[in-house]
This record gives sequence, C-alpha cells and structure tokens, in this order.
Amino acid sequence: MSDEADVIEVRSDQDVVRVRQLVRTTAVGAKLSLVDQTKLVTAASELARNTLVYGGGGTVEVVRVANDVRHGIRIVFADRGPGIADLELAFTDGYTTGSGLGLGLSGARRLVDEFEIDTAPGRGTSITVTKWCR
Amino acid sequence: MALSADEASRFATLLEENRDELVASWTDRVAATLRGRLSHAELERQHGELGKGLHAALSGGGRLLTDEQSAELRAQLSELSSSRARQGFSATETAVSVFALKDAVFGILDRVGGDAILRDYVAFTSFVDDAALFTFDSYVRVRESLIADQAEQLLELSTPVVKLWEGVVAVPLVGTLDSARAQVVMERLLQTLVDTSSPYAIIDITGVPAVDTQVAQHILKTVVAARLMGADCIISGIRPQIAQTIVALGIEFGDIATKASLADALRYVLSKSNGR
Repeated sequence: MSDEADVIEVRSDQDVVRVRQLVRTTAVGAKLSLVDQTKLVTAASELARNTLVYGGGGTVEVVRVANDVRHGIRIVFADRGPGIADLELAFTDGYTTGSGLGLGLSGARRLVDEFEIDTAPGRGTSITVTKWCR
Repeated sequence: MALSADEASRFATLLEENRDELVASWTDRVAATLRGRLSHAELERQHGELGKGLHAALSGGGRLLTDEQSAELRAQLSELSSSRARQGFSATETAVSVFALKDAVFGILDRVGGDAILRDYVAFTSFVDDAALFTFDSYVRVRESLIADQAEQLLELSTPVVKLWEGVVAVPLVGTLDSARAQVVMERLLQTLVDTSSPYAIIDITGVPAVDTQVAQHILKTVVAARLMGADCIISGIRPQIAQTIVALGIEFGDIATKASLADALRYVLSKSNGR
C-alpha cells in the first residue's frame, strides 16, 4: 500500500522551507514520535539543501509507505547535477566541497532508518531515505 | 488604438459640457461596487479631478494614454491606485473605478444622440481600457512594494535582542534561521553587546523547529563573533528531540555552554557572574 506522492520542485531556499513543512506535516500525519519527526525533518532539510546547492536544483518526492509489519515515510531527492565521484570521501564527517560543516550527507544517513544513494559523475544524484514508525 | 484628433476634441467637449452629470453618474456606479467603504463625497472629489485630468489630456491633444499630454492624467491614476492599494481595496475594485467611466459616458452619449455614437464610444472605450490597465499595473506595483516593506519589517521584528538582566542580553530565535536572518541576528547582537557592554549573551532556540547543519553553522559563527568581542555566549532552548538530532548529525558545540531552558541559562550566568 502506498499513498499519493507529494512532489516539490527545489529551485530556491524557499523551496527547502516548503520541503521541511511538507515532511513535517506528513510525519505528524504518519504519527511519528516527536524525536523521529525532528530527525526526519532535519535529514530532509540537509538533503534538500544538497539537491539545491550541489545538484543545482531538482525534485523532492514525499510518500507514505507501508509493508506487512510497519509503516513509515519515504523521501526521494533527485537532481541532474554533476553527481558524486568519491562516495567514501563524501560520507566522511567534516568533508565538504562547499562552505558548510561537511556533516549534512553523513548526518542525514544517521538520522534515518534506510538510506540509498544512486549517483555517478555526470549522471546526477538520487537519494532515497525511509523512516519507519516505531 | 489611438483616438483621432477629431474624436479626442469631441470627447473633450462632451466631458466639459456634461461634467456634473458625468461625475455624478460615475460616482454612483463606483459607490455601488465599493459598498460604502469610501464616502460619496470623497469619491466625487476623486472623480471630479480625474474628469478634469482626462479633459486636460484630451483637449491638450493627447490621443493615447502614453502621450506626453496625458502625463498629468497618468499621475492621477497612479495616485488613485496607490491610495486604494494602501486602503486595502482589491485590484478589481480599483480597476472598476476607472471602467465605470465607460458606463457613465455611454449614458450621456445615449441621451445626446448623434450619428457617430457607436464609433465614438468604441474609440473612447479603448482609451479608458488603457487607463484601467495602467491603474491595475500601478496597483500591483504598490502592493509589491508594500509586501517588500513588510518582509523587511518582519525580519527586523522577528529578531529582537532583549536585555534580560544587568550585563545579560538574550536573543530569542523563532522560526527558520536562514542566512538573511542569521546576518540580522548577528549584527543586532553584536551591536547590543557594545551598547550595553554586557559580558553575557544567551541565544535561545526554543522557537526554532529544527536545527540542521546550516542553522548550527549560523549559531556557531554568531557565538564566535560575540566571543571575539569579549562576551560569553550560552545557547539555551535545546529540547530533547533537538539534542538527539544534533548528536546524530555529528554537530559539535565544543566548549560553548548549552542549557535546556532560558531559565537555566540565566541561572547559570548569574551564578557565574556572582562568583567572581
């Protein structure tokens, strides 16, 4: 079972705020605990900003998912930017090619339950994260 | 479509000869759409002046609203839109004020009669349409500038720096902390530190719904800047869910004092300042 997906085009800082609001309302609707809500919203904020800053903009898709035993929220961040050449380096705490703290990508992975990344230089980046209800 | 010189002068004469009747009929129509939110006398005054402006433009040889002779009329229309926009009237209500002139003119043409009524009316109508579109444009411009002003005021309002105690200032942050706001917060905090010569500053993030790396980076920069000026910074309002998120993200606040509530932070500061 899965509901309709909400899609937001990420083109500016305002869109990152919209992503955050959408994820928060969806998380509240899915009855995630306050801690999990905050973790998911923060992860979405990091990844949406990466989509904007490093991917040159893209889309964020938020959908509620469920399997036999549990339900949760899945978010897909997709861009057609330059992609990531060295994943291991990108996931190193404190490494950044921009001006941030270098914790967004690795931190976001620690904030969610499932984290998949599909990227290659020149092909763009697609990240799928899932947070399950406890 | 431009008015011919002939049409323009005929209309100027028509406006001149029937001024009172025209203004009265125009005012009645507009008053009905505004439902008493502007007084009849006020509308009559505005329409009287617009009528004069229109007459001046047409008799002066203006054939299009963009002509030099219509400059005075354009200024009047801008003024009308700007006052309507500020009084909270909708764009439609503002444009209708101009469109209603067509009906008023038609009433008079119908009574006066003549061979070329229809042709004259159509030509004049397109002039009024231009005027209404112009009004609409200026209305939108005024509203946009109002919104920009308010956004700026909001930015100022949403970042107060308050004196909490002798030597202690606090910045309660509420909502999203983007780069623009972070900049305003930092400037205000540093200026207040100088003005009050306070040795302590408390940054309260109770009202910030999520602390991601960007927000953390902004706060850290503000703390470092305050320290350079000799002030000690305490971050308060770290709720359980924020604390867990910060740990998972891997953000380190180093040796910066952090407290769960603003009260804790104030107690901490007071005990520190009493101790020396």
